[in-house]
Amino acid sequence: MSVSVRIPTILRTYTGGASEVQAEGDTLRAVVADLEAAHTGIAARILDDAGKIRRFVNVYVGDEDVRFADGLDTATPAGAQVSIIPAVAGG
Amino acid sequence: MGEGPRFMALTPATDLGPATALTCRECGHTRELGPHYACEECFGPLEISYDFADVTRASIEAGPRNIWRYRGLLPVPGNVTDTPNTEPGLTRLVRADQLAEALGLQRLWVKDDSGNPTHSFKDRVVAVALAAARELGFKVLACPSTGNLANAVAAAAARAGIRSAVFVPSNLESQKIITTAVYGGTFVTVDGNYDDVNRLASEIAGEQDGWAFVNVNVRPYYAEGSKTLGYEIAEQLGWRLPDQIVVPVASGSQLTKIDKAFQEFIRLGLVEDKPYQVFGAQAAGCGPVAAAFKAGHDVVRPVKPDTIAKSLAIGNPADGPYVLDVVRRTGGAVEDVTDAEVVEGIRLLARTEGIFGETAGGVTVGVLRKLVESGALDPSAETVIINSGDGLKTLDAISSSVAPSANIAPTLEAFRAADLA
Repeated sequence: MSVSVRIPTILRTYTGGASEVQAEGDTLRAVVADLEAAHTGIAARILDDAGKIRRFVNVYVGDEDVRFADGLDTATPAGAQVSIIPAVAGG
Repeated sequence: MGEGPRFMALTPATDLGPATALTCRECGHTRELGPHYACEECFGPLEISYDFADVTRASIEAGPRNIWRYRGLLPVPGNVTDTPNTEPGLTRLVRADQLAEALGLQRLWVKDDSGNPTHSFKDRVVAVALAAARELGFKVLACPSTGNLANAVAAAAARAGIRSAVFVPSNLESQKIITTAVYGGTFVTVDGNYDDVNRLASEIAGEQDGWAFVNVNVRPYYAEGSKTLGYEIAEQLGWRLPDQIVVPVASGSQLTKIDKAFQEFIRLGLVEDKPYQVFGAQAAGCGPVAAAFKAGHDVVRPVKPDTIAKSLAIGNPADGPYVLDVVRRTGGAVEDVTDAEVVEGIRLLARTEGIFGETAGGVTVGVLRKLVESGALDPSAETVIINSGDGLKTLDAISSSVAPSANIAPTLEAFRAADLA
């Protein structure tokens, strides 16, 4: 199922400058794997060595911060909007 | 493509004072100065690295009576005082004997930052952000805010003659809406909480070249402004550090930068090296850092805020892990208080010292009391607390709990009858 992924400026070197790309997958984990297939190297920026979402990355599926949902197992229904955002903001 | 404005490039004329580079707090990766805020390797927060020239007590004391007396320790150009800005800082450090007595402390000071131009500590960070943003080529000063920052950005942009773009949660205190709107500029209320607004700002920052979101894409520079709180406390104590300090925690940046300021003063030989303890104060309705501290965790699990202390209502605090580091390293603690204790804290500070703090000040006083009662804080050691903003901005929080003593007719008889003598 196809979802739309918003790419932060810091990762656009991996997407040829694109700020939004399409990816496939039923879960966030699958979406990240598909992103990696199309944009080699991007997954290692989002996930740490243990395969978890990095401490300073926020990922949203729709309006929901996936840390409040099921993390990488959060469902990504067709047409969902996924956003990857640096966490070091605010205050 | 870079992370900042595409038109922007550092030129030989770019002057960021003693700043030399940006270094990731997480992985140590270093990159050149520029409009960057997240590490390109690990997304960690970037910190300014410096090469300080000769800064002495005398050189600081000879400076202006505002934060620019410390400009040799900040990422701003040497001529920062030549461009219009709000000239914040050098707020009063109040010896608080009556509050101390009420709480059983021996020596207590209140750093009253409500005395800044827009009545909160945010004028400090915004002034530094504005100076750096000009050097980096930005044209618009922007922010997501819980209110105090909105006031500070709108006012600083007005003073500097540039455009502002401010985004706040629509449920903000009406006082903070009015005190932002009055300065003009683009001012947007957003149907969501602060964390929603913060996310939106991060996404807009990725699209709008030339917009300096002070606490997003120029955050490394902005955050350094909070060091001036620490510098001033040390200078106002007569060039020495307190034993204990209690700091309100929203994103956690202010607390970590006060610690950084103390460490820099020690390293520069401006104060004697001595141990001090740093304590963090949160509201129970938004206490993710306090919860992590109490649970012994080094990661902070985000929460959905529900507290009257809206200026501290950041459920996903960017510097939360670093607050834990500082507090644990110095032997402090992070504590939280209920909204009722926040109101009581506001009233106690006002009643004992004539200082009307906003809800964040009430949180700090409430936590101070709790730390004394639990024995976490030493009542015989010299203590400083921060009042970060003005109670006039959060009138709703206490409007139902304070009132006149009586309402009488304009006659002496009525005064006598009311038993007020």
